[in-house]
Amino acid sequence: MNSAGKKTKIVKEIKVDTKKCVGCKACELACSAFHATPKYSSINPARSRIMVVMDETKDIFVPIRAGEYTQAECNGRNRYVIDGKEYDECTFCPASCPSRSAFREPDSGLPLKCDMCENDPPLEQPMCVEACTFEALTYVEREVAVSEENEQVKQGDMELAYEVLIKKFGKKKVMDTFSRLSKD
Amino acid sequence: MRYAETGFQLEVDLSNGSIDIIETDPKDTELYLGGIGMNAKLLFDRVPPGTDPWSPDNLLIFGNGLLNGTCVPGANRVSIDTIAPLNGLMGHSLMGGFFGPEMKSAGYDRIVIKGEAPHLVYLAIHNEKVEIRDARHLAGKGMVDTQHLIQDELNDKRAMVAAIGPAGEHRVIMASIDCGNSSAARTVGPVMGAKNLKAVAVRGTKDINIAHPAEGWEMCSKLRKEFAANPNIGDWMATDEDDSFHHNNFSWGNARTRRKNFWSMELEERWRNLKYDHMERWTGCYGCPKSCHNLIKWPNRRRFSYKCYGKDTYHMAAFQELDFTFEILPIAMDLGFDSYSTPQVLAFALELLDNGILTEKDFPDMPTDVRQRFYYLLHKIAFREGIGDVLAHGTTDAAEIIGNGAEEFDHNTVKKFEQLPIKLYKLNPAYFLMIGTGEDMAITQIEGSFPQDPILDPELREEFIENWKAVPDKKFHEWFRNWEKRDQLPDDAMCAITDWNECMHYLDDSLGICGFVSSFRGQFGGTTGYSIWNMPPLITLMSGIEFDKDKLWECFQRNRTLIRALNNRRGLTRSMERPPEDHWVVRDEEYEQQLLSKYYDFKGWTFDGIPTKETLENLSLGYVAEDLIEGGLLTGNDVTALNDPRAKKEKEKKKGAST
Repeated sequence: MNSAGKKTKIVKEIKVDTKKCVGCKACELACSAFHATPKYSSINPARSRIMVVMDETKDIFVPIRAGEYTQAECNGRNRYVIDGKEYDECTFCPASCPSRSAFREPDSGLPLKCDMCENDPPLEQPMCVEACTFEALTYVEREVAVSEENEQVKQGDMELAYEVLIKKFGKKKVMDTFSRLSKD
Repeated sequence: MRYAETGFQLEVDLSNGSIDIIETDPKDTELYLGGIGMNAKLLFDRVPPGTDPWSPDNLLIFGNGLLNGTCVPGANRVSIDTIAPLNGLMGHSLMGGFFGPEMKSAGYDRIVIKGEAPHLVYLAIHNEKVEIRDARHLAGKGMVDTQHLIQDELNDKRAMVAAIGPAGEHRVIMASIDCGNSSAARTVGPVMGAKNLKAVAVRGTKDINIAHPAEGWEMCSKLRKEFAANPNIGDWMATDEDDSFHHNNFSWGNARTRRKNFWSMELEERWRNLKYDHMERWTGCYGCPKSCHNLIKWPNRRRFSYKCYGKDTYHMAAFQELDFTFEILPIAMDLGFDSYSTPQVLAFALELLDNGILTEKDFPDMPTDVRQRFYYLLHKIAFREGIGDVLAHGTTDAAEIIGNGAEEFDHNTVKKFEQLPIKLYKLNPAYFLMIGTGEDMAITQIEGSFPQDPILDPELREEFIENWKAVPDKKFHEWFRNWEKRDQLPDDAMCAITDWNECMHYLDDSLGICGFVSSFRGQFGGTTGYSIWNMPPLITLMSGIEFDKDKLWECFQRNRTLIRALNNRRGLTRSMERPPEDHWVVRDEEYEQQLLSKYYDFKGWTFDGIPTKETLENLSLGYVAEDLIEGGLLTGNDVTALNDPRAKKEKEKKKGAST
């Protein structure tokens, strides 16, 4: 609850301070190591879910994390000018998209997405943040308001999920599974 | 499966266009590690002694350090080695940044380039896909444009492009090979030009495997944090604006004038503002928690970054201030010049003019302002026009071509290699050995583990010793404890110090570790990042190959001795191992020669500075011994230096003189 009495929750996020980035790519290195199987068994920045977009001749150093996969490119018509430096829109875009090779498994071509280093037990902070000794990446908490709607079960979504399962496995299997799980 | 390394090297012959991916022998890794060691072996095995460095038979090798691309912080340096046209000896250069790790991600520990392309080409590597591409449209292009144009052609902004500029294309001795913020100076650039190879572009998306993942990651993460917090490592010049050390102690112009009282607080403040008003950020190298490069945007210039003493060389050679370096450096670097040797060659040329050895006729239309003269000369040399064609040979050979007494002005080279412009009063024996015998040719590539000066305060000294864990043996503690005057240590200490200093550089250069977190930084504060103690477990964790201190030390000795033999075979002799005659005012020829003999003996070399058969065999270099015997350099019954009758004579002479 915040002071206004509205429901809130704490969201953890990665704050990027591009001014502090030195372009060492330790974040890429650490990400690829953490997501290797077994953990830390290989280093390969091409498998990283974070990437430093870097062009020293333009003083551009922007770490971006992999977001959603998208099937089609965008129309690509944005350019950003920030403090006199010109960035193309891909600089800030987290999408795994056909227009670039970033955020794809190099062997399979399958899209990669940042999972904030999900782990059991959870890590104190994601590996890219841990590896960034320059504090260009920091793990910060932010309080966000939670809308009432979010709290309630969305009936439509639930039904959609069951429909997909039934379509794939048939009603009987889904019911059997449900009843077995509900006994646990 | 191979760990830390890929187990493959790419071999390209530009004469016939052949491209081969060769699996390497893991036994060689255990013996030579990688980087400089493996490169030296290839040069020894494949470049016959009489080969002209300019010929297609010479090799240009980009060799990854064994640990490059792993999680070892600061391991990213690629050794670029060849037979240098400068002096016919092995040319060794290093490039940090990103090229090495990218090359390893593409699947290669090394790229071995042979031959000479029929016209200007570049090499485009994307994992197994390797192409030799036409680069005629890139002829005359600067470093920055070349890198961008190639990235555009390959449609890959993440491709790392190591290129030469016009200076390299025109085979200028002072040409470098650059990739982004990193530069391989020291004599390798002209060979790339001789091969008609404008650039090597590489992109890799493969795994680099780690032998002991969890333990390896833990050790490296700990080191990463330690390094970030340790002020004794990294480049102090990136953040400390008090640069009185170089300006008051080094010589300006053509290593000519010392300005002992140049530095002042007023100047420091002014230069601090000049730097930070134009600096955009510090930048770093792959996987390193230090940021040693300063990224500068100067009016009417492209952004550029510099590190270390590169901040001083141009303005000190021209008797100017820092603004001149910031103004000229982006132009000089884009033309593909090494910022250490080039300013001295320019100052040398102007000194010859001042002294009437060269005349106004040799410099048609040259401006009168010294700053403009530097630009004028840079362009003349880069494109080999007029006097630039002569100066492109480097100081020693240019002096010989010019004649007329010009040789007298070549006063700061060893084995033709331009040294740091230091002229001091009293002989420093350890520095005599390092400058005289170091085969990485520059003092910065051999000094660094043992402090440059004693600590006189007993309490501070003990505190230093207490924290000084990097020493390979307690005897270094004792020597340091009893050390009072810079030039006064027992001869055996001088030999051992030189050897340890050299050891750390050779290991760094074989493993890919940067000297700023290792070999170069022990001399200041003692708490360097890497030492002979933590390197072996790291190598084992990364590569799976068992190492301990003694085994690693032997790798250093092997690589060092192999390079000595390679250079002996190419004509390196004892008489060439002399610091510049005016490096110190007070010299003692007899003592110097005796010390040199002691050092040779310590190293297991003959009086002529050649490793004996026994020394070579003890280091599993029997094949090298056989080669030297066959070539007549060794008889097979040779003794080490102090057992040579000539050394005994030296000693008697000295005794006679003192009685």
